[in-house]
Amino acid sequence: MDLQKLITKPKKGVKSAKAGETLEVVGKSVLRVDGWEKIKGAAKYTDDLEFGPGLLYAALVESPFAHARIKAIDITKAEKLHGVVKVVTGRNFTQKFGLYMNDRYVFATDTVRFIGEQVAAVVATDPKIALRGAGLVKVEYEELPAVMDAVKALEKDSPLVHPDLKSYTHVPWFFPKPGTNIAHWRKIRKGDLAKGFRDADLVMEDTYTVPRYAHCAIEPHSAIGLYDASGRLTMWTSSQSPFTQRHVFAETLKSFGLSHKDVRVISTYIGGGFGGKAGVTMEIIAAALAIAVPGRPVKLLWSRAQEFYNTYQRLGCTAKIKMGVSKAGKITALDFKLHWDSGAYVEYGANVVNAAGLSASGPYKVDNLSIDSMCTYTNLPPCGAYRGFGYSEFLFGLESHITRMAQELGIDPVEFRRKNAIKEGDTLPYGAHMNPTGIRDAIDRVAKEIKWGVKEKSKDPKKAIGKAQVCFWKSPAMPPNASSSAFLKFNEDGSINILVSGMEIGQGLLTVMAQIASEVLSVPVSKIRVETPDTDRNPYEWQTVGSHVTWGCGNAVKRAALEARERILDLVQRVHCLDKSTLYLEDQHVKCRTKPDFALRFSDFVINGIQADDHTFKGGPIMGSGVFMPEFASAISDPETGQGGHPNVHYTTGSAGIILEVDRETGKMKIKKVALAVDCGKAINPDLVRGQIVGGLLQGFATVLYEDMRYNEKGRLLNPNFSDYKIPTVMDMPDVVVPIIIEVAQPDGPFGARGVGEHTMIPCAPLIANAVEDALGVRIKSMPVTKEKVALAVKAQKKH
Amino acid sequence: MKKHNIEFSLNGEKVALEVEPSDVLLDVLRGRLGIKSPKVGCDRGDCGTCTILMNGKTMRSCLALAVEADGADLVTLEGANSRKWTQKLQKKFHEKNAFQCGFCAPGIILSATELLEKNSKPTAHDIKEAIAGNLCRCTGYEPIVAAIEETVKGK
Repeated sequence: MDLQKLITKPKKGVKSAKAGETLEVVGKSVLRVDGWEKIKGAAKYTDDLEFGPGLLYAALVESPFAHARIKAIDITKAEKLHGVVKVVTGRNFTQKFGLYMNDRYVFATDTVRFIGEQVAAVVATDPKIALRGAGLVKVEYEELPAVMDAVKALEKDSPLVHPDLKSYTHVPWFFPKPGTNIAHWRKIRKGDLAKGFRDADLVMEDTYTVPRYAHCAIEPHSAIGLYDASGRLTMWTSSQSPFTQRHVFAETLKSFGLSHKDVRVISTYIGGGFGGKAGVTMEIIAAALAIAVPGRPVKLLWSRAQEFYNTYQRLGCTAKIKMGVSKAGKITALDFKLHWDSGAYVEYGANVVNAAGLSASGPYKVDNLSIDSMCTYTNLPPCGAYRGFGYSEFLFGLESHITRMAQELGIDPVEFRRKNAIKEGDTLPYGAHMNPTGIRDAIDRVAKEIKWGVKEKSKDPKKAIGKAQVCFWKSPAMPPNASSSAFLKFNEDGSINILVSGMEIGQGLLTVMAQIASEVLSVPVSKIRVETPDTDRNPYEWQTVGSHVTWGCGNAVKRAALEARERILDLVQRVHCLDKSTLYLEDQHVKCRTKPDFALRFSDFVINGIQADDHTFKGGPIMGSGVFMPEFASAISDPETGQGGHPNVHYTTGSAGIILEVDRETGKMKIKKVALAVDCGKAINPDLVRGQIVGGLLQGFATVLYEDMRYNEKGRLLNPNFSDYKIPTVMDMPDVVVPIIIEVAQPDGPFGARGVGEHTMIPCAPLIANAVEDALGVRIKSMPVTKEKVALAVKAQKKH
Repeated sequence: MKKHNIEFSLNGEKVALEVEPSDVLLDVLRGRLGIKSPKVGCDRGDCGTCTILMNGKTMRSCLALAVEADGADLVTLEGANSRKWTQKLQKKFHEKNAFQCGFCAPGIILSATELLEKNSKPTAHDIKEAIAGNLCRCTGYEPIVAAIEETVKGK
């Protein structure tokens, strides 16, 4: 049987193995399988694991300079402190590592490139001793000129953050410019830009800026490493990417004789990720320290401050946009230049720049298009994945600009979006074609929900009400060969264990995987256990990022379930001499369409087989395995135009609208209502999709209204804590949130599903900026759109 | 440094141990007593994930020294799991998906338990006030408020 066909049946993509029948479990809001564990406090996170009295603790010596040469490190005093077991510096570990580009060091060797960078580590029997020991390490620095701004970093006389850039290895779709601070430059050239601007009746140019942001998962990063006497390295990490971590650990530390089989990564529940726990950051330090103290487990637990300044941050962005529009409201040309402040190391961040560069047209058909997305090194902390992966940043400028241009031309901004919205089959910025999409339905339903076109007045004369509606899209950003796989095993009682390495990061992956298997095999979700990853036991998953695991891992689980189903049907056909095509699964039994009395219970045969007439047993444990790789994807294209490849697997689209109340004097804003419609293809668990919408929106609104990483001129982060970097509390909830689910099936998705996790936070910034303008007539072009900025803009407007 | 002998009740059981004056209560609970539901989130009282009940009142165990617990009655979620309001809340938290990653859930459920044990008919504002010191980055709080409201209504 061709399993591929079953899974990717076009048009009828939502049909399950039980063709023609309605879905029993998929599409239902079943309760989360990890629920009781989490709300009873039984769920174990990495820092909750016990390692016995032999556990060692590590503390770091960190750079106080944004850019400096390390002249000398004196560890003698620290080594003498009672309880200190080992002091490790860059002299012990000179390896570089990285996800897409090898530009990051385990420890700084001769140069530090941001404030907070790890220079040395002290391993001790107690966390307090480790900290005290770190304070005794003396490092002599020679300060070097530093660069803190992505645009200044392009100037001729700018200090170079990586003078050796030429020697760094990277994926073939990155284009660094050695001798400059440009780590990657993604170019898109499509159509005839000059003609597009000639055809325009209105051309508008402006600049929009977005600062850096922090993920602020409530659980800080933690990692424990054990390099045992047999030479195997086991790492317990709070991670979205156990297999990617295993690969990076094995590759980086191979000089110690490690091969992939000797490296084991175990990831239990994680207390929020949002991209911050993707790839490898502090975990490599724990791995190196484990090797430095063989035979003893060593723990590295990030403080909240380290969580802010030494994991990944969201990239800062300066977006220069020039757009041409005809009187009829058609976008005729778009020239978009994105300058990304990517920090001191861009091994992951450069792919954010790449992803944004491929898609910065937004969900619109733009025939004449030029995009320059430039990844720039600076001497600020490294940047990387953050929920939205670059799309929030360019959407702020794009969707602000579109509303302004529509208004200037006297066209309704929502009608403008409807007119330009991308359709299935339209050519994408890089030349491939758009997948099926429900964006117009999303626009219409949101417009209706916020009563678009109906002006509203606040009861309070001191306040004004503004409305706005924008669109969004996003594709998973992943290498073209990113794969998922799954094992499925039946147990004696007919229950099932599923092994995957997609991570449960709060989104509900375990529940959704159980639902997919349940649908195929007719085993209730309550009888299916899906475990978090252990790379020794669970099969490969690239990473849990990019809103791709429901789709990728879901496809693998569906294939594993279909394979198990095939084995069951083959066995019953062989032993009971029934034609396979007449057999079907129902309520944990094998049944037969031509023999209504036939019903074979799973628990009677899935482990111990079926007894034949001659008293022998046939069959054996029923298992299934499934693999999914998007075999149509390719990242190779013309570096000067970006044309030719198929780097993105599909786009999830949607629209969001807001009713915002703004105080005319203080600028204080209150979200009266927000509606967000997203086309997730098929909501395998609608309540979980709604959870992504409600949660993502608040995270997004916080980045617009108050969150903001502040640095001083020396490159020091001034607000690395929750008192000074405010994240929302329950008091910041919008009054009303309306989640709307659109389902236009993704042909190659499990039951038609595509991703939804990141999308819900990315439209927030332009929503607020556009609604503020609608309410008070002032335009804010830099994030965050704080009440202070709004109040000052109103004041300035009155003066004129 | 002079060590201190302290005694307290933890989830209904007597505990006696020797601590240093600088030992933080959260670290003692997690590191020495195997109590893992209170989590380390920020170490400065901002996030509420280390919430426990001391003498019936919620407190941030990362801001208390272990010596302050001498003679006190401490309850963590491990112990509160058997309390009436905690159980009612947990049922609704499950039904309403009032958690995602689950890291903040123990603290929030304890804050809500404290509220309902004192006031079984809180207003919407009381509910928000009660959990305003507990940060959740996943849910957007709406399902949490809904779960507590439904617990109150006894739906």
